[in-house]
Amino acid sequence: MNRFADLLDMLAFTPSRNAKLSLLQDYFRTVPDPERGYALAAIARELDIPAVKPAQLRQLIASRMDAQLFAYSYDYVGDLAETIALAWPEASGSARGRNDAPGLTEVVETLMASSRRQGPGLVEDWLDRLDPSGRYGLLKLVTGGFRMGLSGRLIKQALAAFGGVDVNQIEELWHGLTPPYVELFAWLEGSGEKPVNASAAPFRPVMLSHAIDGKDFEKLDPAEFVAEWKWDGIRVQATSERGISRLYTRTGDDISATFPDLVDAISFDGALDGELLVARPSGAGIETGSFSDLQQRLNRKTVSAKQLREFPAFFRAYDLLQDGAEDLRARPFLDRRTRLEAFVLKLDPMRFDCSEMLEFDNWDDLAALRAEPPFAVIEGVMIKRKAAPYLAGRPKGEWFKWKRDPFLIDAVLMYAQRGHGKRSGFYSDYTFGVWREPGELVPVGKAYFGFTDDELVEIDKYVRNNTVERFGPVRSVRAGLDKGLVFEVAFEGINRSSRHKSGVAMRFPRISRLRWDKPPAEADRLETLERMIDGGP
Amino acid sequence: MYGPVTPEEPAYAAIDQGTQALLRPAIPPYLSAMLMKPEDLLIPRREGLYCPPGDFYIDPVRAVDRALITHGHADHARAGHGHVLATPETLDIMSIRYGTDHAHQTQPAGLGESIRIKDVTVRFHPAGHVLGSAQISVEMNGLRIVASGDYKPRPDPTCATFEPVACDVFITEATFALPVFRHPDAAHEIARLLRSVGRNPERAHLVGVYSLGKAQRVIRLIRDAGYHGPLFIHGALQKLCAYYQSRGIALGDLRPATVESGAKGDFAGAIVLGPPSAFGDKWARRFPDPLVSFASGWMQVRARARQRGVELPLVISDHADWDELAATIQTVAPGEVWVTHGREEALVRWCEMQGIAARPLHLVGYEDEGD
Repeated sequence: MNRFADLLDMLAFTPSRNAKLSLLQDYFRTVPDPERGYALAAIARELDIPAVKPAQLRQLIASRMDAQLFAYSYDYVGDLAETIALAWPEASGSARGRNDAPGLTEVVETLMASSRRQGPGLVEDWLDRLDPSGRYGLLKLVTGGFRMGLSGRLIKQALAAFGGVDVNQIEELWHGLTPPYVELFAWLEGSGEKPVNASAAPFRPVMLSHAIDGKDFEKLDPAEFVAEWKWDGIRVQATSERGISRLYTRTGDDISATFPDLVDAISFDGALDGELLVARPSGAGIETGSFSDLQQRLNRKTVSAKQLREFPAFFRAYDLLQDGAEDLRARPFLDRRTRLEAFVLKLDPMRFDCSEMLEFDNWDDLAALRAEPPFAVIEGVMIKRKAAPYLAGRPKGEWFKWKRDPFLIDAVLMYAQRGHGKRSGFYSDYTFGVWREPGELVPVGKAYFGFTDDELVEIDKYVRNNTVERFGPVRSVRAGLDKGLVFEVAFEGINRSSRHKSGVAMRFPRISRLRWDKPPAEADRLETLERMIDGGP
Repeated sequence: MYGPVTPEEPAYAAIDQGTQALLRPAIPPYLSAMLMKPEDLLIPRREGLYCPPGDFYIDPVRAVDRALITHGHADHARAGHGHVLATPETLDIMSIRYGTDHAHQTQPAGLGESIRIKDVTVRFHPAGHVLGSAQISVEMNGLRIVASGDYKPRPDPTCATFEPVACDVFITEATFALPVFRHPDAAHEIARLLRSVGRNPERAHLVGVYSLGKAQRVIRLIRDAGYHGPLFIHGALQKLCAYYQSRGIALGDLRPATVESGAKGDFAGAIVLGPPSAFGDKWARRFPDPLVSFASGWMQVRARARQRGVELPLVISDHADWDELAATIQTVAPGEVWVTHGREEALVRWCEMQGIAARPLHLVGYEDEGD
């Protein structure tokens, strides 16, 4: 258990992404099967252990220590598993240092083979045999509460780096695999064949585009390309085979359970690439909702009837990868597009449509279209080579995204937080605000990039010289009508948000310019941002 | 005004007495209780713990005429008192920190030596917290109160080991008085540090340590673990490290953490020690991809470590942990326990469960954060 607990600890305290990747690879290298596979399943949240309920854990600790002392402890620590792990009374003497502490494999396999009634007793016995760090690992394992800032993507990248294979290959296989992934590790280590994905409706690695801007167009002949709107939803893949339908994100996470309305409407055999949106019936057709509407549906385990009614999920198709038994991916885009149009005609029009192709003769025509999109939920145009096959990953020269210009606002620096690693010793993470009333700034976002190293040094100096208060690693910075630092902040979109004090949340904000010249009183007002939600930049 | 006091001319008369007698209360508790109430001997006041019959304070938080100081940490030892009685090491540390004129008069108290102040007898006993740290026993008419200051019972190669002293009232700290605080073996934590250094040869390890006590203990533990390369220290640690070394505590090759050639690479793979406050400072920029560590009992709690941006938390404390607080109270077996600075309510609760009379002592001005 301790090897697993150490991994959890290190992942939790390591801020750097690269360091996390190398920790995971080291773990896969040094820990044998099946333990490494169970650990992988646990951190990827793929391990379905008959749950030991938090209430049962509370009962266990209540049988071991004074309730009042436990309450004081829990109040201080704030995390149930951690409090129990630390406060669990250790049997004195012999039990400590006993050499029979259970390993991760024993714990997982025993729990899998046990009934819910047996669970708490098993956990109690293990708690007696483990040290605090092992207890923490065990309790997090049984409660499934891993919040470590580890994305599924990062875990798959670690596997890919460990095996020296492309991450697409991992994504393609992932949903056909089950813990403890012995076949997968054998293949990654070169001692076994690549596992065959036997599951129905597997994920197909997605084709991605490169960003493009003005001067790049000189090298491209408009006659070789087509274009369509870039919709601001979630890129997804809808696939169905042998009666099994699934909806995947572009990194291969299965989100079918979150969108039952859409998955139920899948009446085809094949695989579509497209954009997940919200669309409501309107007249004879549909009306596309905003990204904020879609957010009402994201990251939910269960979805209410009200949400299904008010925010119906909709699929706007871009591409057809598989039609029945036929794999179309090697064919040129135009061929696939013709097939796609015919394919989508047979689907429920309230749930599926086909992305509209844009008419243009030259790049200036396209620029004019891009400048005035018909809906706010369009975030630019996609440019695709007519002859391009559907290739996994981000192949060069085939697909381009030409995003609309970012939103820009002027905001005032309010708080600065110390950075990590190479930015240790610098205040590098900034919270900025806009005026709600004259003299009242309200924070609207946070950014930690977009400036050069030299600018970082200047901002840092400003923060130190204008600190009003310090809270641990955070400083609040002087920010008033006539004194303060103005940032020009660029961002991709803005939504209403009840979780933020300002009522708005920006997407992908970054510092685009330092406005040392601008008096803070002239920074933007909250109303300006609120107008952007519906109107665009 | 007092004139300068030298050890040959103590302000208070030392009483010659064997230390054996200290381990039993002078008079049975039932009798002493009839003679004198603990509140007559020591009471909390705004300035600190006050002894009316001796007219002195223990660890006063503001300047007073007569102060008895348990140890040199800034919240216990302040400058500006009229007369200070403390162990020679604590007096030296106060001189290093505040200058030799930090008090009008100072008087060293030897460990175990009985010193008479008016009708009160005081003695200093090792507290095991930092170099020079002492518990102060205050006795009159057969009633003995021990103010333990900050203490830790486990052995520490940089200071004298804590010594339990039998008493009627034991005043204990409560910095880590929650059952979640069980400090692991410090050597185990140092081994984790050295493993991390081995794993990250391109990064500089910045280990946060408070300048008095923790710094020298961590350095000494690193040496005891077999690491003999140079250790780099922030300027704030330098004088106190030199002082520890002058008192015979070997700390090995210590070098200032300054960039002479200007190359960041100089500190790749190095262990650098400094006060945690320096890590947010410009000082930290000279190190290559710093890995921030912090040696403190607070590092037991993950959220605390993450809040401070600590990548390698080391649970090393100079205070008693929960089990040690309980064991100490059981060993000392006082008639009553007074609990101060920290999580008083949990320790008072524990005492109640054991049938030991206990109450919180609401003293202000002590930082329960410093460890």
